[in-house]
Amino acid sequence: MSEAAVALPRPAGARVLTWLQNYGVYAAIGVLIVVNIGITPHFLSMENLRTQLVQVAPIVIVSLGMALVIGTEGVDLSVGSVMALATALLPLYLGYGVGPAILVALLGGVAVGLVNGSLVAFVRVQPIVATLALFVGGRGLALVLAGGQLKDVHNAALLDLGSSSVVGVPLPVVVAGALTLLVAGVVRRTTFGRQLVAIGGNRTASVLSGLPVRRVLLLVYVLSGLLAAVAGVLATARLQASDPSSLGLLMELSAITAVVVGGTPLTGGRVRVLGTVAGALLIQLVRATLIKHDLPDSVAQMVQAVIILAAVYAARGGAGR
Amino acid sequence: MTTEQAAADAPVIHDTYRPSGRDRAFGLIQRHGATAVLALLLAVGSLAFDRFPTGENLGDIAITSTFPAMVALGMTFVIITGGIDLSVGSVFALGGVLAAYAVRWGTPAALLVPLVVCGTIGLVQGLLIARVRLAPFIVTLAGLLGARGLLLSISHEGATTYLIPHGSALARLGQGRLLGLGYPVYLTLALFVVGAVLLQRTGFGQAVYAIGGAEDAAALMGVRVTRTKIIVYALSGTLAGLSGALNAARLSSGVTILGTGMELDVIAAVVIGGTLLTGGAGSVSGTIAGVLLLGVIQNLINQIGDLSSSYQQVVSGAFLAVVVVAQTYLSRARRM
Repeated sequence: MSEAAVALPRPAGARVLTWLQNYGVYAAIGVLIVVNIGITPHFLSMENLRTQLVQVAPIVIVSLGMALVIGTEGVDLSVGSVMALATALLPLYLGYGVGPAILVALLGGVAVGLVNGSLVAFVRVQPIVATLALFVGGRGLALVLAGGQLKDVHNAALLDLGSSSVVGVPLPVVVAGALTLLVAGVVRRTTFGRQLVAIGGNRTASVLSGLPVRRVLLLVYVLSGLLAAVAGVLATARLQASDPSSLGLLMELSAITAVVVGGTPLTGGRVRVLGTVAGALLIQLVRATLIKHDLPDSVAQMVQAVIILAAVYAARGGAGR
Repeated sequence: MTTEQAAADAPVIHDTYRPSGRDRAFGLIQRHGATAVLALLLAVGSLAFDRFPTGENLGDIAITSTFPAMVALGMTFVIITGGIDLSVGSVFALGGVLAAYAVRWGTPAALLVPLVVCGTIGLVQGLLIARVRLAPFIVTLAGLLGARGLLLSISHEGATTYLIPHGSALARLGQGRLLGLGYPVYLTLALFVVGAVLLQRTGFGQAVYAIGGAEDAAALMGVRVTRTKIIVYALSGTLAGLSGALNAARLSSGVTILGTGMELDVIAAVVIGGTLLTGGAGSVSGTIAGVLLLGVIQNLINQIGDLSSSYQQVVSGAFLAVVVVAQTYLSRARRM
C-alpha cells in the first residue's frame, strides 16, 4: 500500500521534478560554468575549452548511438569493445592507405552491430545479454588481431584527423557536432526515427501496427556499432597509438550515464539527442572541475555516482506524473 | 463476468504447467545444459592434455573459480528476482583492500570490516531499488562508481597497496590447503549448499522466485517484495566483499586494480548456468556449473601453450552467444 501512496501525484513537487528532468542537465551545466569562471583560473581560455571538447568528443559520439539503442528499450554493452576492435584493425590496413584502413575499422563496428542487432531483432534475446557476448568477445578479438600489443601510429594522414582544425575547431569536435545534428535530424524528422521511438514505447503494439520492427532494431544496433567505431578511429588518431587493451574501457558505462543524465528514460520510447550531448558535457565538466582543483579521481567517481542517482530520481518523478 | 474470465483463463494456466515429454527435455537442457557441456569439456580436456586431469591442475581451476563463484552466488539471487548488480566488481576489489587495511587490527576485523562495509553498500542499493524504486541497472552502476571511488580514497588513489603479513591467520586462511584444495574452495561449497537450501527450501527462496516471475502478482499475494529485494542486494554485496577479502588473503595484498569488468563475467557465468535474466527461473547449481565452465575454458586455452589469453575472451564470448541463443529458443519452445 505504501508503494501506491508514493506513486500518487504530488503537484508542486512533481512539477519541479518534471522541470528538472527536462532541463536539469542544462541548468547544471550552466551553474558549473558560472562557478568555474569564478573559481578556476584560465577556465575560459581557448586552450582549456579545446582540450575539454576534444576529450569529450568520442564519448559524445558513442553516446549518440547509445541514445538510439536505449530509445528502443535496449542497451549496448559492446561499444567499448567496438572501439578496441576499430583501433586494432586500423594499423593492420594502414598499408593500403588511410581511406581503406578507416573503412575496414568502421566495417568492424558495423559487423558487431549486425551480430548484436540480429540477436536482439530476430532471436529476440534481451539486449543486455546479447551485447554482453560481444562485450566479452570483442575486446578479446581485438587483442588477438593486434597480437596483444600497443602499436604506435605514424601515418600522417590519420594523425591529422586527431590534430587538425576547421576554422579553429578541432576536427573530432566538428565530427561529433555534425553527427549530433545528423542523429537529431534522424530522430525528429525521419520515419525511421519515429518507428524507433514507437518500438521503444511498445514493441508488441509496433508489431501489430505493421512497423518493420526487426529491420529498425537491426539498423539501430548497426548505427551504434558504427558510431562506436568512428569514436575508436578518432581516439586512435588523437592518442597516436593503437592500444586495444585499454581503449574504450568502461565506455559503455560513461555512455549510458550520459544518456540517462540527459533525460532519456531506460525504459525506452523517447530519445533526447541534445540532452545526451549535454549529459556527456556535464560529466566531463564535473571531472575537469574536480581535477583542476586537485580533488582526486576517487571523489570524481563518487560525485559521478551521485549525479547518476539524482538524474534517475528526477526521471522517476517525471514519469510518475 | 469474473467467473467467465476465470473460466477463460484456466485452460491457459493449465497448458503452461502441463509438461509434455518435449517440454521436459527442453527444460532439462535449459537447466542442466551447462553441467553437460562441463562434463564433456572435462572429458575432452583429459583425453587431449596429459597435464589437464592432474590433481594440481584441477585444484588450480577450483581455487581460481572459487572467488567469482562466491560473487556469482549472490548475483544468482539478484537475477532471479529480475534485477541486476553491476557493482560487484568494485565491491569485490573494495573488500580486498578493506581486508588488507583492517588486518592490522587482527584477522576477525580483517574479515568483519569488508563484510560490514560491502554488506552496507548492498543494503543501500537494495533500499534505493526496492523502496525508492529506481532501476537496478542504474543504482548498481552508481554503486560501481561509488565503491571504486571509496576504494581509491582508502588506498590514496591506488598508490598504496596494503599488504597482509605472511604467516598471519588471514594469509593462512586464503592460502592453506586441505586434501589438495584451498580452504576458500570448501567455504564456497558450503555457501552454495546454504544458498541452494535457502533458494529451494525456504519461504525466502519462494519469495525470490515469485518476485522474478511477476512482481505485482507476488505483492498482491502478500509476498514481502520490498524486504526480499533489500535482502537480496545486501546478500550480493556481502558475498562480493567476502570473496574480495579471501582473494586478498590468497594474494597477500589488497590489489586495487582487481575486479574491473568482473560484474559482466559473473553475469555471463550465471546466464550460462541457465538462470534467465528476465527473472523467475534459475538455480544455484547451474551457476556453479557456469563459473566452472568458464574456468575450464580458460585453463584449456592455457594448456594450448602458444595461444594468448585473449583467445579465452573470444571463446567465452562466442560460448555465451551460443548459450543465450539456445536458451532463448528453449524457453520459447517450452512456453508455446
